[in-house]
Amino acid sequence: MKGRQNDILAAAGFLLPNILGFLVFTAGPLVFSLAVSFSNWNLQRTIPFQWTGLDGYRELMRDNEFWLYFVNTIYLMLGMPIAIGGSLFLAVLLSQRLRGMVVYRTLFYLPTFTSGVALMILWKALYNPSFGPINAVIDWCLQGFGINDLLHAIGCGPLAAPQWLLETKNLLGLDVEQVGFVAAQRGIGAREALIIMGVWIAIGGNNMLLYLAALTNVPQELVEAAQIDGASRWRVFRHITWPQLAPTTFFIVVMSFIGSLQGGFEQARVMTNGGPAGTTTTLAYYIYTKAFQEYQIGYASAVAWILFAIIFVITLINWKFGQKELSY
Amino acid sequence: MTSDEAAKSVRVYEPAGRGGLGTPGYAGWWYRRGQFIASHGLLAVLAITMLLPFLWMVLASFKPLDEVENLNPFPSRWQPENYAKVFDQVPFARYYFNSVLVALWVTFLQCLTSAMAAFAFARLQWRGRDMVFRLYLATLMIPGIVTMIPNYVLTVKLQLLDSYLGLIVPASFSAFGTFLLRQFMLTIPPALDEAAWMDGAGPWTVFWDIALPLARPGLIALAVFTFMGNYGSFFWPLILIKSEHLRTLPIGMLYFDSVYGKQTNLIMAASVMNLIPLIVLFVVSQKFLVRGIQMGGVKG
Repeated sequence: MKGRQNDILAAAGFLLPNILGFLVFTAGPLVFSLAVSFSNWNLQRTIPFQWTGLDGYRELMRDNEFWLYFVNTIYLMLGMPIAIGGSLFLAVLLSQRLRGMVVYRTLFYLPTFTSGVALMILWKALYNPSFGPINAVIDWCLQGFGINDLLHAIGCGPLAAPQWLLETKNLLGLDVEQVGFVAAQRGIGAREALIIMGVWIAIGGNNMLLYLAALTNVPQELVEAAQIDGASRWRVFRHITWPQLAPTTFFIVVMSFIGSLQGGFEQARVMTNGGPAGTTTTLAYYIYTKAFQEYQIGYASAVAWILFAIIFVITLINWKFGQKELSY
Repeated sequence: MTSDEAAKSVRVYEPAGRGGLGTPGYAGWWYRRGQFIASHGLLAVLAITMLLPFLWMVLASFKPLDEVENLNPFPSRWQPENYAKVFDQVPFARYYFNSVLVALWVTFLQCLTSAMAAFAFARLQWRGRDMVFRLYLATLMIPGIVTMIPNYVLTVKLQLLDSYLGLIVPASFSAFGTFLLRQFMLTIPPALDEAAWMDGAGPWTVFWDIALPLARPGLIALAVFTFMGNYGSFFWPLILIKSEHLRTLPIGMLYFDSVYGKQTNLIMAASVMNLIPLIVLFVVSQKFLVRGIQMGGVKG
């Protein structure tokens, strides 16, 4: 434009700090970590360093723990549809342009904004089976409303409040020792507790704001015209609003997948130490224990790269099918 | 697109003017009033449900220890001295100071490096720009956990383990920040900086006097994101910090919880103090944040 075809020198100057940081703290480490994943590098130096090629990856495929923790990571994603559906529901409620919407938006966003160690410590106290308020309320309901008396009368055993973070049971009945299902494991336990907390944190967060923005872009004439035609609210939503939101939904689902694949570290470290019996250990927490508690840098890098490969595939799918209008 | 077809087919029935029959809520005033009350009622119930954990936390932080497990959420005797006790048991002020110091430095450096890179991508013309930018975008998907281990090794080699610099420097560069600020800088009308170029201003002047001030909403959003992300940063300080006097708030909280975890009332007081700066920050900056999240597509 107008005499300045090429600002390449200035551009190089402006990019320099960021590119330098990127090379040192992202690109370099990426290459390094790939290389290390083909070795048996142990920071404690108990084992001599050796290039082991694909051995680490082969070991990983046979590693029962890896597969259990992979399943845990997937299991914890079960809250995703609830969180995303809830975000959409809240966004629809908030998009009515009534007075006071900003106040509600602020309140809903609060858990996302404050999420971190303090909130996890809070939830640990809430879930405490003997002292926590959640079980206090459940016990009070079971006794106060005579639910257990009623159950006793019809010959069922009394209901007890769940042990939450101390319990290996889960709704699908996943086995603790190997990948599979056993009836004895069916119930409510640590993983459900983390899912509930996760939904609480995410429901009014960034996804709700993205839906809120997308909802304001739905052409109002369409909605009004359909209403005049006598379409019910549900039909207007199903046939006009929902299709218009499809790109946003797609984007949110992909980002949630990528986020949850890497997630679960903080809650495992702060609330459960990955337990009970490893049921809340996700791949991210597994990498942490391998690298920074057992110092098996090589093996931990191999796990990290498997994770990266999965995320890469999901991102490729995103690029192939995702709508351009959203990502730019 | 099916919705376009739908648009064409229903537009036929669209009345000529707004108002009258054409407005939504055609059943009139009572219908709208009812809808108003129902929506507010539902939203209020949902908001209170969301807030219950916070309310319990605040009330528990004022309770005597033996009342924490009571069903009654209100303390029989309010104990504001719980807050003072936290400072007696752990160097909580030190944690605060460390967290804020590190977060402020990271925020400053990240905003500066991101804004400079964003300027190069949004306001300068050079060959290969869009290709380089796409490469940059691609790096957003590299999971932090992959680079975490080598960065730890690197920090050990640079002898930055257990130091402020080790906490600050690796966190000071962000592809996300670059992306977000580029989005904001693209919205500046080209006529503005072209006039400055014509007057013979150098690139730094255009950046500093024109692009930066006009990208201020984006900068504020990025600054708040970065500050809050770093204030709550957990993984990196956890593996990096060994000395007690360098602990940031999340690490200090973890330590406090593991050593004094039975004193739920004090733990809750500490949590409240941990969250207050975030809540204040959020309330004063949310206008910018919401726009930032919606423009940047995603964060977190």
